[in-house]
Amino acid sequence: MTAVTEADALRTPRRSRRSTTLAIGCVLVGMIVAVAVVSFFWVPYDPADTSGDRLMPPGLPHLFGTDKLGRDLLTQLMIGARIALTVGVGSVALGGLLGVAGGLAAGFATRWLDDTISALLDILIAFPTLLLAMLVVAVRQASLGSAILAIGLAMSAIVARLTRVLVKRVLSQDFITASRTSGTSWPRVVTEHVLPNIWPTLLVNLALQLGLAVLAEASLSYLGLGPPPPNASWGSMLQEAQATVLTSPVGAIAPGVLLVVLVIGVNLIADGLRDVADPTRRRTR
Amino acid sequence: MATYLLRRAAFLVISLFLASVLLFLLLRLLPGDPANSLLSIGATPEQIAAARHQIGSDLPLLEQFVSWLGRLVTFDLGTSFVSTLPVGPEIASRLAVTVPLTLLSFLLAVVVAVPIGFIAAYRSNSWYGSLLSGLSQLGIAVPAFWVGMLLITVFSLRLRVLPAGGFPRDDWADPADALTSLALPVVTIALVMSASLIRYVRSATLDVLGSDYLRTFRALGSSFTGAMWRHGLRNAAVPVVSILGIELATTFLGAVVVESVFALPGLGSMLIKGIAQHDYPVIQGILFVSTFAVLVIGFVADLVQRLIDPRLRGTVSGNAR
Repeated sequence: MTAVTEADALRTPRRSRRSTTLAIGCVLVGMIVAVAVVSFFWVPYDPADTSGDRLMPPGLPHLFGTDKLGRDLLTQLMIGARIALTVGVGSVALGGLLGVAGGLAAGFATRWLDDTISALLDILIAFPTLLLAMLVVAVRQASLGSAILAIGLAMSAIVARLTRVLVKRVLSQDFITASRTSGTSWPRVVTEHVLPNIWPTLLVNLALQLGLAVLAEASLSYLGLGPPPPNASWGSMLQEAQATVLTSPVGAIAPGVLLVVLVIGVNLIADGLRDVADPTRRRTR
Repeated sequence: MATYLLRRAAFLVISLFLASVLLFLLLRLLPGDPANSLLSIGATPEQIAAARHQIGSDLPLLEQFVSWLGRLVTFDLGTSFVSTLPVGPEIASRLAVTVPLTLLSFLLAVVVAVPIGFIAAYRSNSWYGSLLSGLSQLGIAVPAFWVGMLLITVFSLRLRVLPAGGFPRDDWADPADALTSLALPVVTIALVMSASLIRYVRSATLDVLGSDYLRTFRALGSSFTGAMWRHGLRNAAVPVVSILGIELATTFLGAVVVESVFALPGLGSMLIKGIAQHDYPVIQGILFVSTFAVLVIGFVADLVQRLIDPRLRGTVSGNAR
C-alpha cells in the first residue's frame, strides 16, 4: 500500500499548490489571532490613557506613536484585532446557526411554504449586510452585541438560501429514497446524509462570510455605529485618523493594512478549503 | 414573453408589498416608541400621549400599517419628526447625488472589469494573468472607505487636483463642477466594485474557454474571435448579467459609506442622520425607496438575462428550480 503509484505522483503538485493557499491564509489569520490573544493578557497602555503627547510619530515609548488624544496606537491596534475577530466569529456563529436551521426547514417544507420563505429571503438578500446592520443599530444602541446581532442576522438570510439549495439537491438523490425506504427516520436522514453532504460547501461559504463580516464591522465603526470606546475598532481608528492623515500617517494606514491582511487571509483559507472540498472547481482558480 | 412579463410584474408587486410589511414590522416591533424621539427626558404623561397621538403610534398596529400603505400608494412618505418637512421631496433631491454617483461608478467598473477579467482568464497561465487575479483578490479585501481616504490623501491633500469632498450647493447647475466633486467618490466605488466583477468575468470566461461547444466551433474552422463572438460572449454574459444586477443594487445602497467619506449630501448621509435622530419616517422612507430600486433592478436584470438565455424562459424568478 505504501508504493507510490502513478496517480499519486500526478496528484502531488496539485496538492502542494492548494496547500500553499491554505498555508498562506493560515499564517496571515494566525498573526492577527495571536495579536488578539495577547491583547487579552497584555497591552502596552490602558486604551483610555490619554497621558501621552498628541500625534507622536512611531518610536519610544510609543512604538506606533499616539493618536490625536494622546492614546497609544499599538494598544488600540491590538484591541482592534480582538474586536474584529469577536464580531467576525460571533456573527458567523449566529448567522450560520440561524441560516442553516432556516435553510433546512425551507428545504424540507412543502412547496407553498418553501416559496414564501424563498421570496422573503430574496428580499432580505437584496439588502446589503451593512444596511440591515444600520437598521438594527437604529433601534438598539450601538454596541458590540448590536454589531454581532446585526451582521449575523443579515448573514443568516444568505446562509439560509444557500443551505436550502444544497438540501434540495441532496434530497433529490436516490440514496435518500433508498435510506427512507429502509426505514430511516427524517431526523436521522438529516444527521447521517444531509449534513455530511452539505457541510464542505457551507464551511467554505461561512469562511467567505467571515471576511465580509469583518469588513462590515469596520464600515459600521467608521460610520460611528460600531462598538463604542474604549473598544477601539480599526474602523473607528481610521475615522479618527482621517483628519490628521498628513501629519501622522501611521494611524490612517496601520488599521487599514491589518484589516486587509485579515480579510485576505480569511479569503485564502476559504479558497484553499474550496479546493479541498470541491475538486471540480480547481480549474477555475 | 408577454405572460412571463405579467407574471414577473406580479411577482414584483407582491415582493414590494412583502417588503413594506417587513420594513413596517421591523421598525414597530423592536423596543422603543417612535414618539420618544419627539420628547425631552422629563416629559409628562400628557405630553407623551399627545406625541403618540400626533404621530399615530397610539393606534392599533394594523390601522397604522393601512394608513402608511395608503399614503405610500399616493407617493406620500410622511413628514420628518425632526425637520417637520415632507420626506418624499427631500429623498428626491438627495437622489440627484446618489443616482449619478451609482450609475457613473457602475459604468466605470464594468468598463474596467470586463476587459481585465477576460484577459485574466485568456492568459490565466501567464504572469500577468496571475497578477491580475491577485490584484482582484486584494481588491475585494479592501474596505471602500479606506480606498476613499487614501485617494483623498493623494489627490486632494498632496497633489491638490481634486476636491476632498462636498457637492455644489446648486446641485447640477454647473455640470462640470458637480462632476469634479463626484470624481474621487466614483473612482473609489468603481475600484472596489471592479475587483469582485473581475473575478466573476474571469470565472465565466474560463468556463466558456474550457467548453466543448467552443472547441467544436473552432474545429469546424471558425477563428477564435468568431467563435467567441458567436457563442462565447452570449454564454459568458448570462452569469455576469445576474451578478451585475446584484452589484448595481449593492452600489446604490453601499454608497452610504463612501458618501460619508466624501461628505456628499446623498441618500446615505440622510439615512445616517435619520438613524442618529431616531427619525422613523425618514428611515422608513429611505429604506422603502431603496427596496423599490433594488427590486426594480432585479426585475430588469431578470429580463435581460432572459433575452440572452432562452433556456431560462420557463422559470418565473430567474432561479431555475
